[in-house]
Amino acid sequence: MPAAVTVTDLRKSYGPLEAVRGVSFEIEQGEVFGLLGPNGAGKTTTVEVLEGYRKRDGGSVSVLGADPQVAGADWRERIGIVLQSSAMYPNLTVLEHVALFAGYFSQPRDVDEVIGLVGLVEKRDARVKSLSGGQKRRLDLALGLIGDPEILFLDEPTTGFDPAARRAAWDMIRSLRELGKTVLLTTHYLDEAEQLSDRVAVLRAGRIVAIGKPTELTGRKVATEIRYRENGREVVVETYEPTKALHELTAAAVARGVELDDLQVRKPTLEEIYLALTETADE
Amino acid sequence: MRLLLHQLRNEQRLYWRSRELAFFTFLFPVVIFVLLGSVYGNDKISKEHLKGSHYLLAGMLGYGLASTAFAGLAIVLVIRRESAVMKRLRGTPLPAWAYIAAMLISTIAVFAIEVVVLIVLANVLFDVPFPTQIFSLVLALTLGACAFAAMGIGLTTVIRSAEGSSAVVNAIYLPLAFIAGSFWSPHAYPRFLEVIANVLPLTYFIRMVRDIVLRDAQIWNEGTAVAVVAAWGAVGLLVALRRFRWEPQDV
Repeated sequence: MPAAVTVTDLRKSYGPLEAVRGVSFEIEQGEVFGLLGPNGAGKTTTVEVLEGYRKRDGGSVSVLGADPQVAGADWRERIGIVLQSSAMYPNLTVLEHVALFAGYFSQPRDVDEVIGLVGLVEKRDARVKSLSGGQKRRLDLALGLIGDPEILFLDEPTTGFDPAARRAAWDMIRSLRELGKTVLLTTHYLDEAEQLSDRVAVLRAGRIVAIGKPTELTGRKVATEIRYRENGREVVVETYEPTKALHELTAAAVARGVELDDLQVRKPTLEEIYLALTETADE
Repeated sequence: MRLLLHQLRNEQRLYWRSRELAFFTFLFPVVIFVLLGSVYGNDKISKEHLKGSHYLLAGMLGYGLASTAFAGLAIVLVIRRESAVMKRLRGTPLPAWAYIAAMLISTIAVFAIEVVVLIVLANVLFDVPFPTQIFSLVLALTLGACAFAAMGIGLTTVIRSAEGSSAVVNAIYLPLAFIAGSFWSPHAYPRFLEVIANVLPLTYFIRMVRDIVLRDAQIWNEGTAVAVVAAWGAVGLLVALRRFRWEPQDV
């Protein structure tokens, strides 16, 4: 089965700013792929090249077997896009929006089915201006899904959500996998990428600094920290052999008959690993 | 074709459901017509040998044109561009031509309704006889709608933000309508206003429509007016073709 998306050495600059500096990755069909990185890392630029909004400066890109730069309406029938911004027509209802977009595609999904899928049945006849931020975002998702696309681009789907709304959105995105959709998701939340993606690429300053399954990224060998206080001074020991180090440390302390104040053993959190990946000094 | 009709239906629904826009671009010219007509409708415009209200009808058709095809269209397009509605549409299979065509036809339809309302009102309230040269009138109005819509789309390329769109558009089309003589006869204008009026497309459009409506002229006798309006429209179209953008500019 050919890959849904193939990106090789993609480059894109805005004037002197190199937003994307040689990015390569593949997305398999049916895979949920996360592009993770801080703001300004080049996530949106990369996605917008794949969506056909931007012309690349270098490299090659194939989405569903076509070059997005020249692909036409037939290709657009097969992709779904959910942009970052969520302003639509304030005076149209949820149903009118979904029906309007359904009309743009030759073989759309059922309008009511899609409204149900994103959980807006009760808001079906409400005008968009009366919806909450989270509800508008769900309508966005409905508009991305209505054409029954083979691949769906989700640009920061939960930015600005409260925790409950995020959970609900995650459940919805997981349900897309059951529909067999290929999904490219961008996010600057590590937990989101970890929860939703089969594979994640971490982007920093226009380059991929790590790529793999979320467990591979967060499960890579990292130093364990041992902290304690000695004579009022904090001591930090970083070690790849925490059992041995701790044994030696405590054995020595017991032998000397002293107490190690505030003794702690901890592994770095996912957040810290992510920050370490994305904050490494520029080479 | 199916897409065009689909989008056209949507544009009409959007227009009439947006109360503010429908009021300012559609109803406002009607209100002004009734007000001004009541103020000086019975005065004689001596040089033209016409009643004020008869004279006013052509001016109001011009004002309605500027307000629906030029101002209304430009404001809506800027707001949609800046709120990324147009960007999102570009991401669907809807072709660009179908979108633009639906906007234009929808705008012309609104203007056509406006024209009928104004002419009927003029007849009922001020005894202005119905125009007889319908063919020439329709041609003149269609030419005007296309030219002013082209200028409106051209204008959107120099407006950078949604907040500014209403202000900029009003600052342009209201003085334009004043100077072109939408609200009164421009014959008493000082020299400098007269000079400005003589290059504005709306001046020529109003003059042409007045000749057709009140003096039974034919559009092919109005060569200068047709040429000036078409030339302005061509300039607008050229700017639009070169600089039109689908994506937000205010970033």
